[in-house]
This record gives sequence, C-alpha cells and structure tokens, in this order.
Amino acid sequence: MNTELLGVIITYVLTVLLAIPLGKYIAKTIKGERTILGFMAPVERFIFKICGIDPNKEMNWKQHLKALLTINFIWFIYGFIMLITQGSLFLNPDGNPSQTPDLAFNTVISFIVNCNLQHYSGESGLTYLTQLYVVMFFQFVSAATGIAALFVLFKALRDKVTDQLGNFWVFFVQSITRLLLPLSIIVAIVLAFNGTPTSFEGKDSIVTLQGDSVQVSRGPAAGMIAIKQLGTNGGGWFGVNSAHPLENPNYFTNVVENIAILLIPIALVFALGYYLNRRKLAKVIFGVMTVGFLFILSTSVYSEIKGNPALSKMGVLQPTGSMEGKEARFGPAASALWGISTTATSNGSVNAMHDSMTPMSGAMQMLDMMINAFYGGIGVGILNYFVFLIVAVFISGLMVGRTPEFLGRKIEAKEMKIASVIALLHPLLILAGTALSSYIIVHHPEADWAVKPANWLNNPGYHGFGEMLYEYTSSAANNGSGFEGLGDNNIFWNVTTGFVLILGRFLPIVGPIAIAGILAQKKYIPESAGTLKSDSYTFGLMTFAVIVIIAALAFFPALTLGPLAEHFSLK
Amino acid sequence: MKKYLWPSLKMTLVMLVLCCLLYSLVVAGIGKLTPGGGDGEKITVNGKVVGYANIGQKFTEDKYFWGRPSAVDYIASGSAGSNKGPSNPDYLKIVQDRIDTFLVHNRGITKEQIPAEMVTASGSGLDPNISPASAYIQIKRVAATRDLDESKVKSLVDQRIEKNPIGPDVINVLKLNVALDQLNQK
Repeated sequence: MNTELLGVIITYVLTVLLAIPLGKYIAKTIKGERTILGFMAPVERFIFKICGIDPNKEMNWKQHLKALLTINFIWFIYGFIMLITQGSLFLNPDGNPSQTPDLAFNTVISFIVNCNLQHYSGESGLTYLTQLYVVMFFQFVSAATGIAALFVLFKALRDKVTDQLGNFWVFFVQSITRLLLPLSIIVAIVLAFNGTPTSFEGKDSIVTLQGDSVQVSRGPAAGMIAIKQLGTNGGGWFGVNSAHPLENPNYFTNVVENIAILLIPIALVFALGYYLNRRKLAKVIFGVMTVGFLFILSTSVYSEIKGNPALSKMGVLQPTGSMEGKEARFGPAASALWGISTTATSNGSVNAMHDSMTPMSGAMQMLDMMINAFYGGIGVGILNYFVFLIVAVFISGLMVGRTPEFLGRKIEAKEMKIASVIALLHPLLILAGTALSSYIIVHHPEADWAVKPANWLNNPGYHGFGEMLYEYTSSAANNGSGFEGLGDNNIFWNVTTGFVLILGRFLPIVGPIAIAGILAQKKYIPESAGTLKSDSYTFGLMTFAVIVIIAALAFFPALTLGPLAEHFSLK
Repeated sequence: MKKYLWPSLKMTLVMLVLCCLLYSLVVAGIGKLTPGGGDGEKITVNGKVVGYANIGQKFTEDKYFWGRPSAVDYIASGSAGSNKGPSNPDYLKIVQDRIDTFLVHNRGITKEQIPAEMVTASGSGLDPNISPASAYIQIKRVAATRDLDESKVKSLVDQRIEKNPIGPDVINVLKLNVALDQLNQK
C-alpha cells in the first residue's frame, strides 16, 4: 500500500517538474522567440500560404471569436456527415454500421467541444476511418482551439492599451505544430513500444489456451491515445478507454498517460507567468489550483484504499482497497489519481470505472468537474479560473472599499455581469439537466425511446441519481467521463447533453475573451500603494474562497442527494 | 463570418492531412519496429497462437490459475466493466455467489483469505493480471488437479511475479498457465 502511494507522489511531482520548462517554452513560442522547434516555421508559412492567411495581421477579440466559431461550425458539418455515412465508407475492416443521427449529433459535438463524451463503444460504434479522421482530428483541433483562445487572453493582459490581440490562425497552427503534434509523437512511440497496436489490421480470431474461440479488437490506437491525453480530450479507442490492456498496457504507460493528462494544463499556468513576466501571479494561481487539487485527490485516494464498506461487512478482505472496476496492474491508488486528474482537467479518459468507485471518490470527481478550474481543460481551464478571478477582484474591492482593479485595469459593471453569467451558467446547465431527467424517469418511465427511461439507471437509489448528475456535470464541464452504467445512447440523452455540451463550451470561451478584449482597451493604471495586489497570497485565498463558495452553494444539495447520501448509508 | 469561411475550409483540409494522414503514417511506421510489429504482442505455444500477452482469457478449469471476474466474459471483441455501484444489492449478491463458487473449487480456503480482486470484476473485463496473493491461494487446487508438488507450482508462481517498486506486483495469468502446461509435459 505504501509503495502505491509512492507511485502517486512520483507521478505528480514528475508532472510538475516537466510542466515548468514546458511553460517557459510555450511563453517563448507566443512571444515569437527562438525555440528548439524553430524548424517548423517553414511548414507553418507553407500552411498559411495555402490557406490564404496573412499571419502578420492582428485581430481584435471579436474577429478572433468569429474565426474560431466559423471553423468550429465547418467541423460540425464535416463530422456529422462522416459519422452518419461511415458504414458505407472505406477503412472499415470490422464492418461497423453508420451512427444514428441523434448519436452522430452527440458524438460530433462532444468531440468538437473537447469533451469526448462517448455514447457508443469504440470497437463497434466507429470505423478506423472515423476514429482517425473524425475523432482523432477533433482531438487535435479542439485542443488547439482552446489554446488559441487562451493566447488571446494572454495578449489582452499585457500592460499596454490595444485592441490588437494577435492572429487566431497563428495561435491555432502553432499549438499543433509546436506543441500537440511533437508531444503526441513522443507519447505514441512510448505506447507502441509497450504493446499498444498501431497497425490497420482488423479483429483477430484466436483459440485460447482453454480452447474457447474469441475475437480480439485491435486497430491503430497508439496515435489517438497520445493526443486524447495531451489535449485533455479523453475519448478512447476502445470502449473502456485506458482501462483496456491494449490502450494502457502496464504501470509505466499508466504513469506516462497520467502525466500527459496533467502536463499541458499545468504548463499553461506557468506559461502565463513567463509570458506576462508576472511569475508571482502564476505561482499564486498554481498554488490555489494545487491546494484544491491535492485536497480532492487525497480524499479520493484514502477512500479507494480503504475499500468498499459493503464488501467489508460481507467478510471480504480488501488488503489492496476497492477493486471493482479496477485493473490489477494499476491498483486503487493510481486509479484514484487518474480519476481526479481526468476530472480536474476536463480530460475524461478513465483507467477504472468511476461508476464502481467508492461514493466519496464519485463525489470528489463530480466536485472537480463542478469547479472545473483546478488546472482545468487545455486553455479553457485558465479561462474558467479567470472568471472566478474577476469575481474575486470585484468582491475584495467592495470589501476594502477600493475600485476593483486587475493587472492595472478597472473591473466595471459590464465585465462583472459577463463573469457572473458565466459563473452561474455551469450550475444552471447541470442542475436543470439533472432535474429534467429525474422528472422524466419518475413521470414518463415508459417513453418509447431506444432505452426506456425506466431502464436508464444501472444502479438503484442514491447511486442511480448520481449517474444522472455525473452525466450532466461531465457534459457541462466538457469532461467526457461518465458513470457508464447509464443507458445514455437514446434520443433524450444524446440531444440534451448535446446542447449542454455546446453551451458549456462556447459561452465560457466567449465570455472570458470578451472580458479580456474589453479590459485590453481600457486605460492602464500603473500599480500604486493603493492597488489591491492580485498576485498576493491573501488574494489567492480570496479566489479560493470564491471558488469554494460558488461550487459549494450551488452543488452541495445535489451532491448530498447522490454520492454523499450513499456514503453515509454505507457506514 | 463570410471572410473566415474560405480560410476555415482550407485550414480544415490542411489539418486533416497533417494531423490524421501524416501523423498516423508516422506512428504506424514506427509501430512496425516494435516487438509485436504494431499488431499487438502474441503468445505462441509450439508455433500456435494461444492469445495476446496483454489480453486476459477466461480460465474456468481447475487445472489452470483463474483470472479475475469479467463483465464481458473475456470476449475481447468488446470491453466493459460491470459499472455496478458499491451499494447496489444485486451487485453484492453477485459477489457473494463468486465467493461461494471460489470456496467450492478451493477446499481448505476460508472466505477471509480470498483477495477482493478475485470476486470483483475488472475495469476492462479483459484484465490479464492477478496479484501474487491471488495466485498463492490457488496453488493447492492447481497442484492437486495436476498431480504436481505444491512447492514446484509455488516456485513457478514466484518466478512469474512482475515486481513493481511503486505500484502493485502482478502476475500475467496466461503466461503463468502456459508455463504450467509446459511443466506438466516435462
């Protein structure tokens, strides 16, 4: 048991040690300084030339958003057509069928918004063509979209008055050529040499040692798994994601994949500090995120190692901890670390079944997604945190009786309104969705859908409610993991979560960028003795309090009805 | 929006070539150099493929070491966990049944000696491993069925332990059983 805790500590410390130089590198890249991947410059120039883009033309925040939304809309059309026709297209060695329109709607949105909620199973719901040219494609470009949006914020927070915030296409392309693609190749190679398949061979038929005939699903999975982790996407090649022994073959690959989940989200926090030359601010932000992350992590690890009280009552000894839904090669501690990493960063890949974890772990995973800013998704994590920051600045300004200012700009009514709407949108989507599905289960259990509401839940009681709460939380947070017992491939879940996904993605990008764009055009007031220091630890504490209060007040009742009630009933 | 339409379309095509076509060709090419040639690592006995090293198999006969319970019965064309919640009464009944079955096949073992992993389903349904403790409690049954010395089987198990200084030690059940068959043939 102690050695397993050592594994958790080593994984986390390694991640942070790698994230610091990576953050420095990212900051240099945005500044246009020379880096080790400078040789990509001709490739990028070539791309801009083909696309007819002038990389030197700077955009204001509205132009950024227009470009971002236009290309996302094109991806939607492309992906939808591919998914509803995949059955009759090439690269389909297993002969899998096309998706139904409602499933395709959900799938395509879910991947565009970097969520990767999967209402299908990879082995049978997609073809090799759509795995690579739709799903994996979106995993690259949606991550790059998030980073590009974040870079707009970086540009806006510099200490000069401007509406020129860099070029969207440059941010987008460089996120891929200088960050996502090179790192993905490294991770894919590590996976391939540890047994993850890379070839295009279809299912294999074998006769086992005991004489049973079984088929084994395979496919070119290694490349997709690399970007799914690095881009906080999370959608796996196989149905059970990184619990599958081909997708995550051993403890070493588990460490590598877990690092890949956390690496870029943490590195971006450091990049903010290096880029703005405000390292103390980055340290405070990292500190607040880390305190929250470690509190949630330790609760979950403790709960998993202690095991399931219901099994203990039956006389089953759990020397290694709770093992239902977990793989022997990872064990409970590494599975809990993964569960918290994946929900903190809006990644959503899993190496154990969250539905079967102890109730406290379920609660912590949901809390992670409800806050969605302890590191957070690639790019969007810091955007979410920025919203909390604005609220914290405003409240502390009122408390000490000074004009609220952040990095030399006044925070006024307009910015505050946007920040409040974005902060409240998240609880609204999650709680309204859960309320709606609960209503339907009770009042229309026999509705004629692919899965009847009466059969939605895989578990009775509090846990069943938790399955629905988790699904909407995961959708709104663009996470993509699930309490997978939920019978979610039917028109109700595909459509409702589809809309939650869109709103939960684009409004939290539009809002913070609008705030940033407005702030960038305001008069810059140099810091003086009267300024509230936004890079002090006191202010960090204030931000932490705002996050806790917003999350706790909004979500505590729902968590109480689900996992917390289950936890206390198990005692 | 119109101004951004053409660049967006072209950018989409360029990225399809770069991130999908070129990237997957590079990865597939490197995969050819790996031990399994990119198809997944296979295990062969006397030239016959008996399975994949990383994919667990169903073992129900007394002469073999058993792996963990599986929600998909080790049918590797798909994969799934049980997704049963920790307080689900149906689930607790299933666990009880597994305990009873295990006790029937392993005489002389008490309920308290069974590691939890042998009565709980794995995450993938294809878990290729068990812990050393789970192998040890099966030694008596396997040795008796095969008419082998318990000490001999135990030393075979010990040889097969894959040590992990920062995580759980495991044994690959398929590899162990292949070695066991070879022990009998000697």
